[in-house]
Amino acid sequence: MKLFRFRGGVHPESHKQATGSKAIEAMPLQKRLYVPLQQHIGAPAEPQVRIGDQVLKGQLLANSQGAISAPVHAPSSGTVIDITEHTAPHPSGLGVRTVVIETDGEDRWQDCQKTINPFELDADEISARVGAAGIVGLGGATFPSAVKLNLWKKHPIYTLVINGGECEPYLTCDDRLMQERPDEIIDGIRIMLHALHAKQALIAIEDNKPDAIERMKVAAHLFDNVTVVVVPSRYPMGSEKQMVQTLTGLEIPAGKLSADLGVIVHNVGTAYAVHSALRQGRPLVSRIVTVGGGAINTPRNLEVPLGTLVSAVFDYCGGFGESPARLLMGGPMMGQLLPHAEVPIVKGSSGVIALTEAEVAINRPRPCIRCGSCINACPCGLLPLEMAARSRKGDLQGAVDYGLMDCIACGSCSYVCPSHIPLVQYFSYAKGELAARRRHKQKADETRKLAEVRMQRMEQEERAKAEAAARRKAEREAKSKQEAVV
Amino acid sequence: MNRQVSNPISGPHTHSEQDTGKVMWTVLLALLPATAFGIYQFGWPALFLWLITTLACVVFEAMSLWLARKPILPFISDGSAILTGWLLAMTLPPWAPWWIGVLGAAIAIILGKQVFGGLGQNIFNPAMLARVALLISFPVEMTLWVNPLPLISSHAPGFIDSLLITLHGFKIDVYSGASVMGHVKTELSNGKTLSDALSQSYDATALALGFVNGSLGETSAVLILLGGAYLIYKKIISWHIPLSMIVTTASLAILMHGLHPERYPGGLFHVLSGGLLLGAFFIATDLVTSPNTRTGQLIFGAGCGLLVYAIRTWGGYPEGVAFAVMLMNAVTPLIDHYVRPRIYGHTATGKTLSYSNKKLARVKQAGEK
Repeated sequence: MKLFRFRGGVHPESHKQATGSKAIEAMPLQKRLYVPLQQHIGAPAEPQVRIGDQVLKGQLLANSQGAISAPVHAPSSGTVIDITEHTAPHPSGLGVRTVVIETDGEDRWQDCQKTINPFELDADEISARVGAAGIVGLGGATFPSAVKLNLWKKHPIYTLVINGGECEPYLTCDDRLMQERPDEIIDGIRIMLHALHAKQALIAIEDNKPDAIERMKVAAHLFDNVTVVVVPSRYPMGSEKQMVQTLTGLEIPAGKLSADLGVIVHNVGTAYAVHSALRQGRPLVSRIVTVGGGAINTPRNLEVPLGTLVSAVFDYCGGFGESPARLLMGGPMMGQLLPHAEVPIVKGSSGVIALTEAEVAINRPRPCIRCGSCINACPCGLLPLEMAARSRKGDLQGAVDYGLMDCIACGSCSYVCPSHIPLVQYFSYAKGELAARRRHKQKADETRKLAEVRMQRMEQEERAKAEAAARRKAEREAKSKQEAVV
Repeated sequence: MNRQVSNPISGPHTHSEQDTGKVMWTVLLALLPATAFGIYQFGWPALFLWLITTLACVVFEAMSLWLARKPILPFISDGSAILTGWLLAMTLPPWAPWWIGVLGAAIAIILGKQVFGGLGQNIFNPAMLARVALLISFPVEMTLWVNPLPLISSHAPGFIDSLLITLHGFKIDVYSGASVMGHVKTELSNGKTLSDALSQSYDATALALGFVNGSLGETSAVLILLGGAYLIYKKIISWHIPLSMIVTTASLAILMHGLHPERYPGGLFHVLSGGLLLGAFFIATDLVTSPNTRTGQLIFGAGCGLLVYAIRTWGGYPEGVAFAVMLMNAVTPLIDHYVRPRIYGHTATGKTLSYSNKKLARVKQAGEK
């Protein structure tokens, strides 16, 4: 199949050998699980249980709210002992509403609605079940998958792209999943094809995963409409924009969706979750997590119940051989810095990585020497050095003019910058500041509108009062005239 | 609002091997062969001048950093001041007196770099700014070309004599002569034909290897090419500026030579003599003062090549590389403003991309085995 090259990109050291050949193991059940009610993009779920309730594995804990949201289920059986704020796996270290379950150790499933033949179901039913199972994009973006499965109603979908790129260093969770559960993934893909009314599925796997490619090819060869495509290992291959470009040669037009081109992209882990939800009726209550980084004694791939604390996962992997300089959720390129390890594993946790000082390679930023490395590395054709210089000065409009809003925050520019300038940091600041200003302006506009309405209302009332007074006066005069006549 | 909370450390949490210091030291390494050859063939005075100029740059850099209250050691160790001094020394007449080197270093570092705000902020290549200032101010000292006197030859001055040359300068004598370019220019303006002018001075092999008079580090075309190739291999520079600069100068020379063979020297003469190669690989490619995009670099290189040829052929000076690079340095911000990569999902003019149905059919072709 003909492939197309995307612009820029980098080749970070993959660090995948530590876990790539290690089979997925089950993470032992912990005494307590901390299940956040927001593990997805969109509105947080609303709790359906109360403190003291007994729950079974897979039971609904909280229901989705609004069009873009996802429900949350009990990762194991036990008792709800608290519904409280608990630190979220987010660099802010802020709390998020969390259901705390004390597990009973039995790990008892609730009765699950199994489906013998999901291909008999119609598209709405499939997407409804995917939504009800709490499935979100497991590549890390955590966008509710059911919403994407419904896009065929607006845009005819021809191709379902299954993202097995896994271009982030250290991470091998998708690689292992493809090696060990290829038939389940293919089944999930076929169910999604059916739901999307799409013609074909392309499973894109980077060429640094030969075993996964082999297994997936064997599993896919029975189906004419499912093809495994080997793509070059180049970061950020796993980014939706770059993946679509690699496979089709087309770019997703600015501000549009891949669906506008007739393409939908889902992660391999998502396909596996769809299979479990439809065939076994099991909601998303665990995920494969790569535990890695130079500070970890025994890096491995674990199937972890959601809500398990990261600290427990690290302990299970032998703890730290060297004190870690940074704890991350996700890969080192786009992963989130963790405030500490007492945060739970969530749906988007592809990996938890403990990096040593040497791996982080922290270096004091130096002046920009205008070498243009960032420009050559940018997969979006932006001028990171100019955007950063303007963001730094507070010239946000200038940064936008240079393409700030088209930045996918992949970090390729910062990665190659010989002056160690934290470019992505500047862009995050600028984007956050712009969003804040937009909100502020909206608020101001809203206030002004309300004030105007109030002014109008008061004027109207004044007028009405004046008219009424005039009327009364006229009546009074008329009356007194009458009386005078009488 | 507390910005620390809303903007915590973002990724990437890892970094490539690349580093500003490494970039500078790699360039220095690439300069080493041509420099070593220059010192070998022009003897002790050349070594002294090279040392003085480079050291002076480091001293002026440290002074400026101290005045600006910037950390001295981290900036000195990035190697940029050494590189400026080294490059400047390579373009000086090898037996120039010490004060030429020191003055040049002051102009390069203080006026050329630190006044603009230090590393990365300057518009002009500091070494070229200094060379041009020296050439205009001290035309005699800057055009005294000693004939090659390799360290091992019996005519070469000894250590003490060399020190005296560096301290007091030397007078025009048997050891000096015009550079090839200067000679040809003078002869042509005296109405001689090119073949007459060339017959006395031009030997392509000697020019390529560097056994001719000229600036300290500019004579050996082969060794400069070697260093340049190393830089391209190490991805410190790209081929765009050197190639477009050399090709432009050479093609103009070939064209003019074809039209008037007795009036204009040919392509090989222009490429091998003077500072074109050093300029193309080491000076025009200066990261700070050249355009950022590949397309911009092609334009910049072509501009340099055109100006080099024009100044050499019709200008008042026999050599024009420094002037050409500086003039194009001035245009760099303009080039960077207008030449930008196309942004993903947008057309070249910045509109939202839209595809014809024919193009959209690629989505269907994508699955074909």
